[in-house]
Amino acid sequence: MFDDRSPIYRQIADQIAADVLTGTLSADEQVMSTNQYAAFYRINPATAAKAFQLLVDEGVLYKRRGIGLFVAADARENLQARHRERFYPDVIDPMLREAEAIGISRDDLIAYIAASSPEDGI
Amino acid sequence: MSLSVDFDRVTVQFDDRRALSDLTVHLDGGKIYGLLGRNGAGKSTLLSLLGALRKPTSGRVLVDGQELFENDVLTPQVALIRESPDVLDTDEKLDYNLEFAAQMRPGWDEPYARELVRKFAIPDDQKIDTFSRGQRSALGIVIGLASRTPLTMFDESYLGLDTPSRYLFYQELLADFMRFQRTVIVSTHLIDEVAPLFEETLIIDSGKLLVQGETDALRARARRFTGNAGTVDEVLRGEQQRGVQQLGSTKSAVVVSDRIAELDTEGRTAGLEVEPVGLQDLFVYLTQEQEVAVQR
Repeated sequence: MFDDRSPIYRQIADQIAADVLTGTLSADEQVMSTNQYAAFYRINPATAAKAFQLLVDEGVLYKRRGIGLFVAADARENLQARHRERFYPDVIDPMLREAEAIGISRDDLIAYIAASSPEDGI
Repeated sequence: MSLSVDFDRVTVQFDDRRALSDLTVHLDGGKIYGLLGRNGAGKSTLLSLLGALRKPTSGRVLVDGQELFENDVLTPQVALIRESPDVLDTDEKLDYNLEFAAQMRPGWDEPYARELVRKFAIPDDQKIDTFSRGQRSALGIVIGLASRTPLTMFDESYLGLDTPSRYLFYQELLADFMRFQRTVIVSTHLIDEVAPLFEETLIIDSGKLLVQGETDALRARARRFTGNAGTVDEVLRGEQQRGVQQLGSTKSAVVVSDRIAELDTEGRTAGLEVEPVGLQDLFVYLTQEQEVAVQR
């Protein structure tokens, strides 16, 4: 379920953020409680709590006292904006380096992208 | 309710060796702690002090701020489950042993004990001495959980348990910890399997505390650097390299350092591959180094 690439609480936070981005979790929807999360993934509840706190600090989730945690109304937009910033350095730059290393030219890349269509899911 | 734990300069000297050496440790309590160490590192000795089974040769062992040994208020609040529960009357059956545990523990939860007996499929019609190693371990786990003691310790209590039963143990431990928060210490060699349960991890070696901290934070202090040997040495100059491997001109080394974020950036900039390290690997590198140091 979790790997050693980053702290477990970061991975939990990323998973929830990904669910918000894809729309699996929608605005003002309640998320699982710390204890439900801990029991489901067999992790320490303090670790789950830390992930949730991180998401509250980042404005993805908000607390309703005594009830639980909910997805912020603007969470999806904010996450999209943040991920757009990271898209070029995190996704495109490594792809360009890989293409260069295996001998795919920029022109071929551009042609490939131009020929792809969102309707085909590419 | 949960209890704090303090070891204040504790030494345990056996005839032929020193099991704990001037050990000072503080645990806030109310958490699940992982206690890791190689065979003979002193884990079981440390836990037997907290089980009030022995007195330290010197130093003080405090639970909730009070000396533990022969303290009749504290000892019923403490349970130590060893690899094969030695408090069992093996000439008797299950019920007799559960009744005995119930009398010893003010917080005993009989329905929960019965539920666990069912889940672990522990037989009630045979004497304990006919039990398999796994069945004994399971019975120890049942007693440890159902006792609801504010300080509960499991010393390699998983031995002989098959994988589904171990997962049942982790699941029940976590579920019951969330219902009744207490201080839990788990010693184990199956680190990768249990590590996500530990809020804090302690590693002891040769009777001394090697590291203590939040499990994620400990892992965050270590990285493996791989790449050109000269570049690795240049980036890691002045740092202790552990778990070093070399293949031709490629070198790989693990560093545990407070400057890890800086080294990480420097390593990546210099073209090295920089990877995080799991708790089990970190444990191996830390304790291996110690062994080499002893041999010198």
